[in-house]
Amino acid sequence: MQKPHKIKNSKAVSYNRWGYYFLIPFVLVYVIFQLIPLCSTIYNSFFENYRSGLTQIGPNFVGFDNYIKLFQDGDIWRYLGNTMIMWVMCFIPQILLSLVLGAWFINARLKIKAIGFFKTVIYLPNLIMASAFSMLFFTLFSDGGPINSILVNLGIFSEPYSFLDHVWSTRILIASMNLLMWFGNTTILLMAGMMGIDASLFESAEVDGATQTQTFFKITLPLLKPILVYVMITSLIGGIQMFDVPQVLTDGTGNPMESTTTLIMYLNKHLYSKNFGMGGALSVFLFVITAILSLIVFKVSNNKEEN
Amino acid sequence: MNKKLISSLMATALVLPMLVGCGNTASTTNSTNESKVEATTPVEETAKVEEVATEEGKVFNIYCWNEEFKSRMASHYPTYEEVDATTGKIGDVTVNWIITPNDNNAYQNALDEALLLQADASTDKKIDLFLIESDYALKYVDTEYTLDVINDLGISEDQLSEQYQYTKDIVTDSNGNLKGVSWQGCPGAMIYRRDVAKQVYGTDEPAAIQEKFSDWDKFLAEGEVLKGAGYQLTSSVNDTYRVFSNNVSSKWVVDGKINIDENIMKWVEMSKTMKDAGYTQTHDMWADDWSKGFTTAGNVFCYFGPAWFIDFTLGGHDLDGQWAMTTGPQSFYWGGTWICGATGTDNPSLVKDIIETLTCDKDTMVNIVKADNDFVNNKSAMEEMAADTTYTNAVLGGQNPLKMFCEGAEQIDLSNLSPYDLGCTEEFQNAMKNYYLGTATLDEALDLFYKNVEIKYPDIHR
Repeated sequence: MQKPHKIKNSKAVSYNRWGYYFLIPFVLVYVIFQLIPLCSTIYNSFFENYRSGLTQIGPNFVGFDNYIKLFQDGDIWRYLGNTMIMWVMCFIPQILLSLVLGAWFINARLKIKAIGFFKTVIYLPNLIMASAFSMLFFTLFSDGGPINSILVNLGIFSEPYSFLDHVWSTRILIASMNLLMWFGNTTILLMAGMMGIDASLFESAEVDGATQTQTFFKITLPLLKPILVYVMITSLIGGIQMFDVPQVLTDGTGNPMESTTTLIMYLNKHLYSKNFGMGGALSVFLFVITAILSLIVFKVSNNKEEN
Repeated sequence: MNKKLISSLMATALVLPMLVGCGNTASTTNSTNESKVEATTPVEETAKVEEVATEEGKVFNIYCWNEEFKSRMASHYPTYEEVDATTGKIGDVTVNWIITPNDNNAYQNALDEALLLQADASTDKKIDLFLIESDYALKYVDTEYTLDVINDLGISEDQLSEQYQYTKDIVTDSNGNLKGVSWQGCPGAMIYRRDVAKQVYGTDEPAAIQEKFSDWDKFLAEGEVLKGAGYQLTSSVNDTYRVFSNNVSSKWVVDGKINIDENIMKWVEMSKTMKDAGYTQTHDMWADDWSKGFTTAGNVFCYFGPAWFIDFTLGGHDLDGQWAMTTGPQSFYWGGTWICGATGTDNPSLVKDIIETLTCDKDTMVNIVKADNDFVNNKSAMEEMAADTTYTNAVLGGQNPLKMFCEGAEQIDLSNLSPYDLGCTEEFQNAMKNYYLGTATLDEALDLFYKNVEIKYPDIHR
């Protein structure tokens, strides 16, 4: 009685086994390059461990001292605020621009020529290294740079405006650089989502006499939500890791008065002294923040689905 | 819902380690050098007959941050032959140049990594010689990673007797051992534009200009005059920084506490006045806006700098020959490169010979002055050259600046250096920029400075 049952079972297992085999490469890579570093980061955050000149200090176990030091002066919340402000300044225009462009490219009625060409062109800024892009903007917007000489020659300003010496102009520059670099990517993702929507829905809407605007808001947007949530989360995670653009543009200072210092720039400062303790504590904080933000986005999108 | 929770956690877990990966491990040049070494071995075998003690290593590794020392070696070390951009040959020894730029501390990071591995490295990979600058010299001098020039390398005190005392003081460790030698001296002076001086003061004679700029009060007063004529006194507030920071009476760090010297605060006060009055700007050093004054497109009256600044930085623009030099409000020094032998080198005699040739041999040093307009570290050579009317500097419109430099070199006092100078200087200039621009009060800017120094050097405190 037992035998056939067992055979049946082992058969099922043998099929499942292949699934596991195929997972091995991913799991291996994940464990070696992600899970172990993650654990060692958390482990390191409990130690005093840095280099002073050529002398190594530590590692000495200090418990939660690094975390206490991290939150003591409240600066970390300012850096988080900077990061989020610059991310929002980049994300909102980016998603609007991408939606409009995506809708135009998809719309068969507009008959836009050379769509392939435009798709490539809007993606191109992403191929430039962020640091090179940043250097370019630094030169363009410096006191003696081309933008200032154009503005002065046109009579808009009487003397050069120091873009990088003012809080909001610096933040706008950083946000617009990120916008330029990433809107092409977002457009292509949203287009993929839009193309996945059943064409018959658009046709029936048209037959029912819906306007272009109505079609966009009543059909395209609701059906695009899963992709929008995905774009939002990846962009958010990317935004929290914002580093290269402000780092290069402000030469790592986050001037004026650290109004453009992001969390990762702060992390980078700790690595000057190879301070793995403080760096670890800050990374754990980033981990927690990223997790919380992602959860909020998931929850919000989930609730709406249920409604 | 639960699945989504888990998957989002997984997603963030995937991302976090990427954040940690932002650290910088330098020394990419090593691998390329290796292959080059292998490629040249057959050539070495045939040239084996050449001099240089045969029991010593065949590969000589030099760590530095720019091409300056390489060009000095190429033009003034007799047996050095250039092979390509990163390799050279001395007899049958291959010389590898491991050049890492200074930006963002990259040079020191690369050097530190290599030095910490020095003991375990194979003989061909060991650093044989490296260069350091005054801002962070003490970091290396007071360690076992540098060789004692006199006791380990066997250079006699007599050979070093012509060198300026300050160049020895800076690289003398706490036990009194000399750990490095420099071929250059870096007394600085005020370098001004002749055409502007003629237009504003009716003369470009250094003596007459010195009269007008002999102290900081006069200096400030002339700022107004120059502003009236449409010129800036200096390009940036940071131009005068070295003049003040080299005339301090205390160190940046005293007993583990960060200390801001009175004279540095005087610089802050004067710079704020200058910026508010429009005599200068707040550009970062080496930025395009700062160096715009090197050209006719700029409107800068003067810069402050030593000999290397004139030839290496200021020269080569369309104002060559339009500059002149005078002592200015206060004498100072800026920069300078020291040669250190690395502990564990397998080529000690070659290290010794390079140091002897480039820093002790008077003829070589005179040639350096003539060819590169550097100010060399040899008192009698410099005094002779200062009196030599045939020697002139083209950038300075035919002026012989050496006499002024000689006087300055004797006055240099480096007793107030600390190993933290580089970081403190950088952070101080960055923080004070906010004060000059009005985006922060003085106290806020000082707080910012203290905070960032504490991050850079966790072992010192406010």
